[in-house]
Amino acid sequence: MSNERKIRVLIAKPGLDGHDRGAKVIARAFRDAGMEVIYTGLRQTPEMIVSAAIQEDVDAIGLSCLSGAHMHLFPKVMELLKERAVDDILVFGGGTIPDEDIPKLKACGVAAVFTPGTSTQDAIAFVRSNLKRE
Amino acid sequence: MTFDPEEIKRLSQEKARWEQETLGRHLERAPERPDSFTTVSGRPIRHLYTPLDVPDLDYQRDLGFPGEYPFTRGVQPTMYRGRLWTMRQYSGFGSAEETNRRYRYLLEQGQMGLSVAFHLPTLMGYDSDHPMAAGEVGKCGATIDSLQDMEVLFQGLPLDKVTTSMTITSTAAVAWAMYIAVCEQMEIPYDQIGGTLQNDILKEYIAQKEYIFPLKPSLRLVTDTIVFGSRHFPKWNTISISGYHIREAGATALQELAFTVADGITYVEEGIRAGLDVDDFAPRLSFFWDIHNDLFEEIAKFRAARRLWARLMRERFKAKNPRSWMLRTHAQTAGVSLTAQQPYVNIARVAVQALAGVLGGTQSLHTNSMDEAYALPTQEAVTIALRTQQVIAHETGVTNTIDPLAGSYFVETLTNEMEEGALDYLRRIDELGGMVRAIELGFPQQEIANSAYAYQRAVERGEKVIVGVNRFVDEQEQRPIPILSIDEALYQRQVERLADLRKSRDKDRWNRATDDLRAAALGKDPWGKDLLMPRILEAVKAYATVGEIIGLLREAWGEYTELNII
Repeated sequence: MSNERKIRVLIAKPGLDGHDRGAKVIARAFRDAGMEVIYTGLRQTPEMIVSAAIQEDVDAIGLSCLSGAHMHLFPKVMELLKERAVDDILVFGGGTIPDEDIPKLKACGVAAVFTPGTSTQDAIAFVRSNLKRE
Repeated sequence: MTFDPEEIKRLSQEKARWEQETLGRHLERAPERPDSFTTVSGRPIRHLYTPLDVPDLDYQRDLGFPGEYPFTRGVQPTMYRGRLWTMRQYSGFGSAEETNRRYRYLLEQGQMGLSVAFHLPTLMGYDSDHPMAAGEVGKCGATIDSLQDMEVLFQGLPLDKVTTSMTITSTAAVAWAMYIAVCEQMEIPYDQIGGTLQNDILKEYIAQKEYIFPLKPSLRLVTDTIVFGSRHFPKWNTISISGYHIREAGATALQELAFTVADGITYVEEGIRAGLDVDDFAPRLSFFWDIHNDLFEEIAKFRAARRLWARLMRERFKAKNPRSWMLRTHAQTAGVSLTAQQPYVNIARVAVQALAGVLGGTQSLHTNSMDEAYALPTQEAVTIALRTQQVIAHETGVTNTIDPLAGSYFVETLTNEMEEGALDYLRRIDELGGMVRAIELGFPQQEIANSAYAYQRAVERGEKVIVGVNRFVDEQEQRPIPILSIDEALYQRQVERLADLRKSRDKDRWNRATDDLRAAALGKDPWGKDLLMPRILEAVKAYATVGEIIGLLREAWGEYTELNII
């Protein structure tokens, strides 16, 4: 049995969006891949997400938003992480996000945006290879 | 259609011979393709269907005639020869003004009914200036905070001539009250107000997750609208019992059918518990199905649903009015099947899905736009979606006759299997104590999560093909399709509009209305003096906002927290 600490990931649903199919499938896939997954549940504010991430001492945060509010919510999460001087958590996102918004999100510090059609294996591989901690 | 037992025996022998000789020889030279022959839902499909698969099919018992029990072939005697399904594109974005313009456009282009999409804050009971609404204003539907916005939304639209469907659930009572108030302003009598309110709260706990209050007060609110509707609005469908969201969340076609019907059973029970006779309200229960990619599975689902519901209403609930036995439905092509990759290909998907809905006998249909894996539809995209329906209606000939696939050995087998499978699930849910209890236990939610995960794994293993995503992928694909974007200035304008409204409205009327509603919400006579709809109607006329009305109910009833089931 490996003594390596498992990768801890928070999967979060910011804002009012209730579409949780993708977030749950990602959460389960990450869990099956051997990571420790905490799913926040729905209707989390950016404040709640950042607090949970810090409290749970996660290595990565996955943000899921299908309501079109990602351009407000994802940067807000990044802003709050910065305020709390947290710079070693990998943040990635997914949902109904137009291509043209992705560069703006990346500029805020979201490392990747997994749009419809992304394979869970690709998301897992990305997280494994891009962790900021260790 | 029942087959002669001697014929069946002979046929069975002949089939065995065919499989051994003709088929067998052929397979030795040319095996079947390695693809799996399952439906989108994973149901294995045999290579051939014959009378051997439906030896006991009884035309009168199992199919009947259109417009007669058990309605397998359709709920109206003439179906599309009498009246085409209502082409009704679900629509709404940005401000009430913008959405009003889109509604006018769609009606000009031949749409026959209206369908309102509200933005998330309205759906969740928050005004646009609430902190929880930040970033969400106007993004996935029209911005509606009060009757004032609703008036703008419907300005100049012929609500006496077209029916309106409103996709809203936890806050449906408020939306309906606003719609009634607008109709009053247009001097349309109550008995002429036609349309549908989604209002199906059970599917929120199961799938769409736009719940607010705990189960009991939520069911009270739904039943309240059913009671109010049965008294005053003979043309209004107070509920649209929905499978769409259950399917989109990951359910198989069978789970969609079973859980939706189980929800329906619960609403009928609640109506009866509120003191109504089943025939007082059952004729105005309506349904809403998803239409996914598998043509025949979907057609079978529609037909099985009608027969299953008819049998339940007549046998379990002893409804006497034939209109109580009729399952009338709206349908929408599957949003979840749309791809971001090669989005124009979605037009082909939607066409096939729409065809399934028509061959399945839907009363009303929404077709998705090709750009919806990215954003809400552009005008161009929604026009193509509407034209798709018009081509099916006017060019393909499928509307020339009713239920054209009846008698197909395959379709009748699938229909039977769907009904049997649904009855199995209904038995399990009954054993758990009914759908409310099943939801508390997390049963439908876990079934859905399991199906969603299984489907994703099947896609990633290549067992389920998605063109453009895991086969026929275009690595060099350029994706410059135009996307609808929402004006960010809308937020500030709406915040100001709300501030003005709160200043200018009649404060005494508002105080009286909100106090009255609060008292009734806490009252113990829900079907008598504490009926909520009349008070919600008064509150919206006093220009109480969605957030204020729902906030008051939140205080009275509390909020629901779900079990996180992955």
